[in-house]
Amino acid sequence: MSRLRIFLGGGITAIVLLMAAVSFVWTPYAPTGIDILHRLAVPSAAHPFGTDPFGRDVLSMIMVGAQNSLAVSAVAVALGCAIGVPVGLIAAARQGWTEEVLMRGADLTFAFPALLTAVMLTALRGPGAYTAMIAIGVFTAPVLARVTLAAASVIWVQDFARAARALGRGKPAVTLVHVLPNITSVLIVQITIQLSLAVLAEAALSFVGLGAQPPAPSWGRMLNDAQTYIYTAPLLSVFPGFAIALAVLGLNMLGDGLRDVFDLKRRRRA
Amino acid sequence: MIAFLLRRSVSLAVALVVASLVVFIVLQILPGDPALVILGPDAQPDTLAALRHQLGLDLPVWLRYLRWAGHLLTGDFGRSTAYDTSVASLILQRIGVTLPLAVMAMLLSTALAIPLGVWAASRRGAVDGGIMAVTQIGVAVPDFWLALLLVLAFAVHFAWFPAGGFPGWWHGAGASLKALVLPTIALAIPQAAILSRVTRGAVLDIGIREFLRTARAKGLSEGAILWRHAVPNALIPVITLMGLQFSFLLAGTIIIENVFALPGLGSLLFQAIGQRDLVLVQDLVLLFAAVVIVINFLVDLVNATIDPRLRSRDT
Repeated sequence: MSRLRIFLGGGITAIVLLMAAVSFVWTPYAPTGIDILHRLAVPSAAHPFGTDPFGRDVLSMIMVGAQNSLAVSAVAVALGCAIGVPVGLIAAARQGWTEEVLMRGADLTFAFPALLTAVMLTALRGPGAYTAMIAIGVFTAPVLARVTLAAASVIWVQDFARAARALGRGKPAVTLVHVLPNITSVLIVQITIQLSLAVLAEAALSFVGLGAQPPAPSWGRMLNDAQTYIYTAPLLSVFPGFAIALAVLGLNMLGDGLRDVFDLKRRRRA
Repeated sequence: MIAFLLRRSVSLAVALVVASLVVFIVLQILPGDPALVILGPDAQPDTLAALRHQLGLDLPVWLRYLRWAGHLLTGDFGRSTAYDTSVASLILQRIGVTLPLAVMAMLLSTALAIPLGVWAASRRGAVDGGIMAVTQIGVAVPDFWLALLLVLAFAVHFAWFPAGGFPGWWHGAGASLKALVLPTIALAIPQAAILSRVTRGAVLDIGIREFLRTARAKGLSEGAILWRHAVPNALIPVITLMGLQFSFLLAGTIIIENVFALPGLGSLLFQAIGQRDLVLVQDLVLLFAAVVIVINFLVDLVNATIDPRLRSRDT
């Protein structure tokens, strides 16, 4: 079951990655190539997903849109890791007041969903892919901080970590040598799940115009543009959504499958 | 319980103050000159000076924060620069759409998710596998895309529901309710998928399958065991998640209102950004954050009522 999930999830994720990679060197049409004579074309052999109101090829736009979606998600989750993992490690090592203050801070960050952070940043300096990256990263950080703390706390009470402390190793050294290597599987699973959530959040932000700006194609904005033509060209509202759902589904299944394989649940219960 | 309540109330107050500080710092101090942000770089110096005075920007920073926070406590949210009316009245006008939408979505999601999750947990094989597969897909579907698909199916194709717009409660409750049906479903389905997976996990964690085997051996009905013993024991993670989900639902509401052209707080927020109405943005962001903080506080209280062990835990 979990092997199947990893296979399917990994396969879907690979397809999305491949799509983004191929779009750097080849797309059926130029993604910004306007062809007003063939606007709002229904799917055909020439345009498998049809064309948009400007006659741009929808398949090409979706392929290039994968770049934006994956790049924003990857940077956002990397940012979340860069903040969240050290916070979790420090909280686990220091405990007491440090842990209390850091984790209360993490709780508070939950009150600012990516959308609210993006709204504040946009009110200041206008929308853009960077706004989306920061907003999603800020919301990812507390999740990773909590997961890191929970996993690291388990390692700190193990005999080998205690022995290292008894032998005079400092807390930073124990953290780097013993704690971090032993929580990588937990982190990999959570990072995969967060990537899937980041793809979803990026799509939502660009849907409401707080993400990547035109002419760079993005899945969310394609759906927003499609709204106007929902009566005349209904299929425009369908294909970009499939791309989003597929990318999220792939990463999500991969994360769930990895969690089963690493057997994190049983280890947590023990 | 009283000591617990006190401790929790103090941390609630601290959280609200810190959240207001974050919003104030990001929107009032980081931009340097909010008046310049509102009016844009081409503004005349005397207009800028007038707006600075009107917004109280000539006062020291700490006094500006105290004035804003103090006024908020008395229910005075300040004046919107774009609408030239009080922010409180704008919020009151719009909340009648957002709040019912979020609450209805929460109710629908719970009503779908808890039975599904319990059912999946209590059965092996096809039922469990089927529910897990469907919810796996449900988790991946963006709510705004689901909204578009629902409009395509039930507004464009079948014309059972309006594709957008909102008549207002005073113009007819029935039509207003009807306008909220598709947005509610679009918001609820993805959240229900997440919630049912968590419910299933929580019910499995308490050993439901062993419960049921014993119950069957004793001749008890399965339903009685499930609802009287299993579900109450599994409630804590489920309620905690529901609290978190409310914040996702609020964020989702902001986006879904856009799809259906609903005049709620979400569309107000986007108009405020478009018009660079910093006062309004500041108040709305804090309002959303405060609602999330208060909901999580309530979740803690409910959990502590259900499980007294949580009261003594030192947090």
